[in-house]
Amino acid sequence: MSDTILWYATRGAGVVSLVLLTVVVVLGITSAMRWKTPAWPRFLTAGFHRNLALITLVFLAIHIVTAVVDPFTALGLNAALIPFSSSYRTFWLGLGVIALYLLIAIVITSLLRPFLDYASWRLIHWFAYAMWPIALVHGFGTGTDRSFSWMLGIDGLCVIVVVLAVLWRTSRPSPTSWRALPASESMNRSVSR
Amino acid sequence: MSMLSGGPHPALPQRGREIDGGLRGDALVRELERANLLGRGGAGFPVARKWRTVKANGNGRAVVLANGAEGEPLSRKDRTLMVERPHLVIDGALLAADAVRASDIIFYVGNEHRAAVSAMRRALAERHERAAQRARLVEAPAGYISGEESAAVHYINAGDARPTVTPPRPFERGIDGRPTLVQNVESLAAAALHASGALNGTALFTTSGAVRRSGVYELPPDVAPEAVVDLAGGLAKDVQAVLIGGYFGSWASAEEVWSLTLDSNSLRARGLTLGCGVLYFLPADSCGVDATARIMSYLAGQSARQCGPCVFGLGAIATATRRLAERAPQAEDLARLARWSGLLAGRGACKHPDGATGLLRSALEVFADDFVAHQQRRCITRRALPDHSRVLAEAVA
Amino acid sequence: MAEQVAIDRIRCDGHGICAELLPEMISLDDWGYPIIKPGPIPLRLIEHAQRAVEACPVLALRMTRVSKAA
Repeated sequence: MSDTILWYATRGAGVVSLVLLTVVVVLGITSAMRWKTPAWPRFLTAGFHRNLALITLVFLAIHIVTAVVDPFTALGLNAALIPFSSSYRTFWLGLGVIALYLLIAIVITSLLRPFLDYASWRLIHWFAYAMWPIALVHGFGTGTDRSFSWMLGIDGLCVIVVVLAVLWRTSRPSPTSWRALPASESMNRSVSR
Repeated sequence: MSMLSGGPHPALPQRGREIDGGLRGDALVRELERANLLGRGGAGFPVARKWRTVKANGNGRAVVLANGAEGEPLSRKDRTLMVERPHLVIDGALLAADAVRASDIIFYVGNEHRAAVSAMRRALAERHERAAQRARLVEAPAGYISGEESAAVHYINAGDARPTVTPPRPFERGIDGRPTLVQNVESLAAAALHASGALNGTALFTTSGAVRRSGVYELPPDVAPEAVVDLAGGLAKDVQAVLIGGYFGSWASAEEVWSLTLDSNSLRARGLTLGCGVLYFLPADSCGVDATARIMSYLAGQSARQCGPCVFGLGAIATATRRLAERAPQAEDLARLARWSGLLAGRGACKHPDGATGLLRSALEVFADDFVAHQQRRCITRRALPDHSRVLAEAVA
Repeated sequence: MAEQVAIDRIRCDGHGICAELLPEMISLDDWGYPIIKPGPIPLRLIEHAQRAVEACPVLALRMTRVSKAA
């Protein structure tokens, strides 16, 4: 009985992690786009982005620990730490480990940001654009729920939302692109509020 | 004795010279303090105080940077001095290095001033002092900003002639992290004349605009502006205003200018400063709004582009003044200029926005009637831009 | 000892989150860049100031100590 609970916990925590990561990515893009309304100031976006990312780690921990200790999967700790070392769905599970490491890199550099130079922090933060799709594919490949329409529905919704957010991000030049422009062009862009 | 061979005093023959005799070290610093020698690069900071600070910070490892970048378009004095009296400049740098106990000297000369670069190179090669032989000549990138003290240090350290965030300022941490004395070449030349006991109190002025003979002239700094004009051959036209201190300075109306003397106290009382000694005489039949718009465009284009308020603020100011100059303003342009002129000072990493808005504020005051007219799409100076205002136009081209 | 908010003007990218979190002392100019009121931070605002400093996405802000005589 407890085995089934562990199995459900793994899958459930996995889905929740994916949904949370989707929201975190969208909030990150929203922050970069400097979106705000009088009712939603930017510090809310920034705060939620950070806090939801940290909460994701909790669900990821549940997802990984329950998977490792579950006697039914016989995964063992190595499978969770060394990519592509499990015998069960080697490739898809390995992707999950990769995504985990990318996420850990992002979180650690963000927590240690005062000690890092800005360019390095930003470069590693961009790993998010790799981490998210890898996590999604990991879930799709390892998940035993992919035959369920609700799971496909959740996956599909996450994909749509992130694709729209990325399109939004690429629709305008970055707000800091003026740093690379020669003088004359930036003068044309200086529109006063 | 004078700084320039062409000045009103008899000239020193040019030759490589050893510094023998005369004041040096602490005695020289005391003399510079007594004479209240002020820096000639634009900021007017007391030279003696700067040398004392660098010496105290330096512990024998300081660096002297002789600043001959002269990025101010209306100024010609530094390059003239370096061409005509390079050894005097070198003397000054050697004395400064000795007084602040610097082990290295760098001559930072604007790369667009080819004659000055050659003259300084040749003169340095003729020197026998060890400090002079160790000295380097570095060509500064052309541009308004490259002579700014943190930009100069940044260029020497990293090949990037853009200002850096201060503190720490160069006199605390500069080239290779060492306390650095950044001193204008004219200040160094003046210090050298003081060291040799010359009762020197002259300063170099660059005149242009409505004078018959634009150029560099040497005079005591407490002189009246008429004396400078006389040396420059008198006025070719009536003058409505004078730009004192170059693009980092301010406009003053003609009436005000003829009523003052050019010493720092008298100027400061009117909110003016001699800066780098530029005096540009705007003819009465030139449009002050047009002249100001050209300067603002130039300054906006010369921003190092590191700080938002400078990039966007000066850009917006340049656009609005240009629209006003062309008598096609937007309804809010003049009001915006008044607001923006108080909005940018102190909000950049360097003083570029401060200087630009200082000039703008003086323009809005001195040419108040002209600006109002232009906002109403008229120009009260009616005639076309005459020839010698092309000096200004070419300077900003 | 009083504290002030100091800003690295080159690092600042005009995000404006600081002005949201410390509106009593930070406002934004026409282009979204902060104008910081000079002077020491009142004691009741110190926590808000610290939050503003931490919230800057590019870490352009820091708290500095200034002696009261300054």
